Amino acid sequence: MASRSARRAGIRLADLLRGSITGANATPASSSMAIAPGDIAPPGARFASTQVLRNRMKSVQSIQKITKAMKMVASSKLRQVQARAEKSRGVWQPFTALLGDAPDTFPKKTVLLCITSDRGLCGGINSSVVRFGKAMLKVAKNNGGEDAKFVVLGEKGKVQIQRDSKQYISLNITELVKYPLNFTQVSVMADEILKNVEYDAIKVIFNKFASMVKFYPSVTTILAPGSIKTSETGTPSELDLYEIEGPDSKEEALQNLSEFQFAAVLFNALLENASSEESSRMTAMDNSSKNASDMLQKLTLKYNRTRQASITTELIEIISGAAALEAAK
Amino acid sequence: MLSGRQSLLRSAAPLWRCATSSGGIRRRCYAEEAKKDTPTNKAVEAFKEMWSKVAPNLDFPKTPHESMASRPPVPPAIPEKLTVNFVLPSEVAMNAEKVDMVILPATSGLMGVLPGHVPTIAELKPGVLSVHDGGQVKTQYFLSSGFAFVHANSVTDIVVVEAAPLDRFDPDEVRKNLADYNQKLSSATTDLDKAQAQIGVDVFGSLAFALGVTA
Repeated sequence: MASRSARRAGIRLADLLRGSITGANATPASSSMAIAPGDIAPPGARFASTQVLRNRMKSVQSIQKITKAMKMVASSKLRQVQARAEKSRGVWQPFTALLGDAPDTFPKKTVLLCITSDRGLCGGINSSVVRFGKAMLKVAKNNGGEDAKFVVLGEKGKVQIQRDSKQYISLNITELVKYPLNFTQVSVMADEILKNVEYDAIKVIFNKFASMVKFYPSVTTILAPGSIKTSETGTPSELDLYEIEGPDSKEEALQNLSEFQFAAVLFNALLENASSEESSRMTAMDNSSKNASDMLQKLTLKYNRTRQASITTELIEIISGAAALEAAK
Repeated sequence: MLSGRQSLLRSAAPLWRCATSSGGIRRRCYAEEAKKDTPTNKAVEAFKEMWSKVAPNLDFPKTPHESMASRPPVPPAIPEKLTVNFVLPSEVAMNAEKVDMVILPATSGLMGVLPGHVPTIAELKPGVLSVHDGGQVKTQYFLSSGFAFVHANSVTDIVVVEAAPLDRFDPDEVRKNLADYNQKLSSATTDLDKAQAQIGVDVFGSLAFALGVTA
């Protein structure tokens, strides 16, 4: 901003901020554009200072370069993660086909697992997940989930939820994308979560990647082995028809199924969320670069006008001085 | 029949592009699904009501059923072929392929699945999955553990943690690793070490057996 660049250039700040320099010094052309107070020159200067504008243009240009670079980085990351996310879409489907999805079940210990990112500048994905998470909390509280809690993956979600629902956060895991995700890591994390959190059902809330410009907040329900039998979606009666090969009892089979389902769903959800994050960041950085180039254009025009005005003023002074000498002779 | 990767790329297409054949993981018209009065749709409707009371201005979140194809209903007669979905976390190896038989390495032993098999949930141990079609073995995968679901409509879902076709394995490496883990098992002290060594011996043992490698 003008005041910051002025500070750097060493011009007196108080003068700049006084904002008393208005239409009198400003040329007619530049006054049609929005002039920030103190943008022209400190009083006592004979013409408007171009240094202020030049500093501002330099900073806007560097911001534009940075956001362009961030967009390229995000697009290259998106390509990798998107391919993996699309391939992983098959892994949770057998479980939903067998056990069904129970979006309306909110047992007492419902755990809302919100997947957010660690880094910012990624558009609206984190706030949308947090909004949906908070709404799900209300729905859970209204429909039997008295002990509903949050488990937040990612720094940004924690910060947002902490503001008003800190008491509901039971676990927070950050630095998820430090190393590329693989299923082993996700199983370890899933194991940790299941060990440390008591749950009757887990609702995984994440952004499902649809296309480069579209993502959908989604909810997947995973029931604890104890809840599967008592769920009201009709699957218990169908589940009883299945013979169990392998583990000794149905309880053990359901336990293993539930844990495997959680790991599979979490893996897919993390990849989808990562893809949404990168595509959202691409869009945000793209918009930012466009805004910066627009701003740069306007500043260039203003700079040229200021420069020309100062040249004109100088010429007028010289000529009037010469004319005065002539007249005095 | 579309291969797994192709169909998944297509599944990113808009919802109005309906698939026509039965079974599998391809996207279908959600409108078709919404008309059916299944328990899942009832659950979704109930959830929508709860949601609109709490957050009427927010869009309704998507549920898993919106992104998976519906399964075919139980046919009256035993179908000719088995429909197999073989999925891993890293890819979809088989997407609604019609085959004659699959042999699964269940923990209770090798299990053959034919069309019309009784609905089963089978836990799988490290072993070979062989897919038979047209009277001969089509492909053989070695898989680490997982689960297999055989449904009443002769759709078989096999979901495993890791798998690879048998021809990708190097017999010498397998022999070396088996000897390694056997040695670790005999010298293991703590329970954790013993368990880890036992897992290694199981996996490499069955891999060696599958490849016909003698120790």
